[in-house]
Amino acid sequence: MTTDTHAAGAHDHHHDDGHAHSTFSGYMLGFVLSVVLTAIPFWLVMSGALPSKQITALVIMAFAVVQIVVHMIYFLHMNAKSENGWTMMALIFTIVMVVIGLSGSLWVMNHLNSNMMPIHQMSGMK
Amino acid sequence: MSPDLLKLIFGRLGLESLPLHEPIVVGTFVVVALGGAVLLGGLTYFRLWGYLWREWFTTVDHKRIGIMYMILGIVMLLRGFADALMMRGQQMLAFGGSEGYLNAHHYDQVFTAHGVIMIFFVAMPLVTGLMNYVVPLQIGARDVSFPFLNNFSFWMTVGGAVLVMASLFIGEFARTGWLAYPPLSNIGYSPDVGVDYYIWALQVAGVGTTLSGINLICTIVKLRCPGMTMMKMPVFTWTSLCTNILIVASFPVLTVVLALLSLDRYVGTNFFTNDFGGSPMMYVNLIWIWGHPEVYILVLPAFGIFSEVTSTFSGKRLFGYTSMVYATVVITILSYLVWLHHFFTMGSGASVNSFFGITTMIISIPTGAKMFNWLFTMYRGRIRYELPMMWTIAFMLTFVIGGMTGVLLAVPPADFVLHNSLFLIAHFHNVIIGGVVFGAFAGINYWFPKAFGFKLDVFWGKLSFWFWVVGFYLAFMPLYVLGLMGVTRRLRVFDDPSLQIWFIIAAIGAFLVFLGILSMLMQFAVSLLKREQLKDVTGDPWDARTLEWATSSPPPDYNFAFTPVVHDNDAWWDMKKRGYQRPLTGFKPIHMPSSTGTGIILAGLATAMGFGLIWYIWWLAAASFLAMLAVGIGHTFNYHRDFDIPAEDVIRTEDARTKLLAGAK
Repeated sequence: MTTDTHAAGAHDHHHDDGHAHSTFSGYMLGFVLSVVLTAIPFWLVMSGALPSKQITALVIMAFAVVQIVVHMIYFLHMNAKSENGWTMMALIFTIVMVVIGLSGSLWVMNHLNSNMMPIHQMSGMK
Repeated sequence: MSPDLLKLIFGRLGLESLPLHEPIVVGTFVVVALGGAVLLGGLTYFRLWGYLWREWFTTVDHKRIGIMYMILGIVMLLRGFADALMMRGQQMLAFGGSEGYLNAHHYDQVFTAHGVIMIFFVAMPLVTGLMNYVVPLQIGARDVSFPFLNNFSFWMTVGGAVLVMASLFIGEFARTGWLAYPPLSNIGYSPDVGVDYYIWALQVAGVGTTLSGINLICTIVKLRCPGMTMMKMPVFTWTSLCTNILIVASFPVLTVVLALLSLDRYVGTNFFTNDFGGSPMMYVNLIWIWGHPEVYILVLPAFGIFSEVTSTFSGKRLFGYTSMVYATVVITILSYLVWLHHFFTMGSGASVNSFFGITTMIISIPTGAKMFNWLFTMYRGRIRYELPMMWTIAFMLTFVIGGMTGVLLAVPPADFVLHNSLFLIAHFHNVIIGGVVFGAFAGINYWFPKAFGFKLDVFWGKLSFWFWVVGFYLAFMPLYVLGLMGVTRRLRVFDDPSLQIWFIIAAIGAFLVFLGILSMLMQFAVSLLKREQLKDVTGDPWDARTLEWATSSPPPDYNFAFTPVVHDNDAWWDMKKRGYQRPLTGFKPIHMPSSTGTGIILAGLATAMGFGLIWYIWWLAAASFLAMLAVGIGHTFNYHRDFDIPAEDVIRTEDARTKLLAGAK
């Protein structure tokens, strides 16, 4: 037990050697940030503050990404060192998978009319 | 009773839903009902229900759950294979104006059920069962990370299987092919319950699969014994880790795509419809993002089994351990970059098709590296041709053929000719039977003595082996020929009489495989009867190399009285070489998880909810859902989750083993 505390002390003064620890203020900060990040997109949609719907959609997506990061840091207590780096590794893997899945699907779905039967090209396009 | 009230109580379920007009189904029902009555009556007569409930259904022991997974897989194999025989029979007969003996409505259900059952309820349980049984033993752990979750996962898988089986006698199964592509699977073209059975069976089982994936990842990452660094893990554990990572990353995609399809069917959304902005092609795209990793989920553990078997029966350390690990990891990543090769013909242009064609061909490089590793492991080894090794060699020959036809199909221009032909059918049966099924059989023959304390009978094992291998080649080589001639899959009747001979050969092959399955069941029965002669008291009948062979066969509840310490790859081999002495004193009480019935109750409720949703019996669905929440919350108040095996019990178990070992010498 003494070696454990010693190792942790020598390591760093953060509590991130094995498990991440949570505090009330951490949860509150995360909660408030989440509420704010949810309220703003609602307001954007309801008031129509931005000129075009496309821009609104993009801004909402950006807020969603920030929201994910907030959840990961304040609720899932993820950082680069927790669980010997396994959380970070899992996060990187997840991001790679999501990027492959989303960008791949967009690419594939946008490409699908390349080899249509001639009849569709005549009647459908232009 | 008024029709409204009936509808409220029974949804769309009525007497007309029972397939009484199908004599084959009625006959099957009679046989199943009689067999079931005998089984249930026998269990009651011999008062086995209490034993089964206490020792098996509610157990959280990874070994027993593993065995139950294997039983589920083998039972479902019989069902799935019955479908296969029916198809081969139909296609053999339906020539020259004959309609065969299956009508279109029935035949379409048969080929759909065959695919769904074989992948989800045969291959998956066999693979998961072996991982469940072996991985904790190989890493020197007492159980998986979340033992209760493990029990729950198993029963959810059973729940899905129950729904598929129910569809045989109550209503019907999907007639869409095993991936239920829309628009055919949408409500407009499939208004019946078939697709709903498909959706809810897979959703219920999918929860189990995903949770068991999380469980095994956590087990491998956190519960390895001291000294077992990542690069000292046995290869089977490595492939299991990668497989479970694939499960956790890909099954949510299946869950979501099936959820979207159910929204289309239940509340009239238009995700995959032809109009209102829907796109059926999005379904195809999404389901293959899950579907391609799925085939690697199945085959990677098989690769792990072959690695263990090859090095054990060649008496050598595995050749190229590091390259084997990296090949596995590379396959894990690459398996996410190839999904479009399942629909080259859907309309994409040259850039997309060539990208996915090339990634597909690249994936054969790490697989080829594995093949050479096995060959070099055998090179100059003292090979013992026991049953697991025979299955391994059959795998190596068969899988290479399947792999090469796969590379042929990866060439987009060739795929435009071969897409959806019997060539494709031959290819994927070649890799799934030659890879996954042979792997599962190698694993069963290899680890059976560990699980039960006696070896499997060799005579019936060899008979089963030769029936399977010869039957496989007879059944599927003709399909390559037919596919090259342009015959497409899922056909029910044929015009060209010159094709018939190939279908007859294929049917003979299927019949030989049937004999192979019967021989395997005989092998289990004969081994059980001859268990005294086949007994193994050493716990290490094959002179093997990894930690699971360090403990007794069958292992005690706690697996290892003392957690082993690992210094080398092939930890048990290393221990044997260093003259390891089993500790005989100093045993302490061992902390273990308690059994609980919550898993089976929750899964039963989930199955009932699925049934309610399938038949629009809304009260049943709602009531089961609420009950699930109640039981789930109730379980959080269960504080009797663990207990200690007293030191005296450990001493008694270990002393018994000491005596056995002394007697064996």
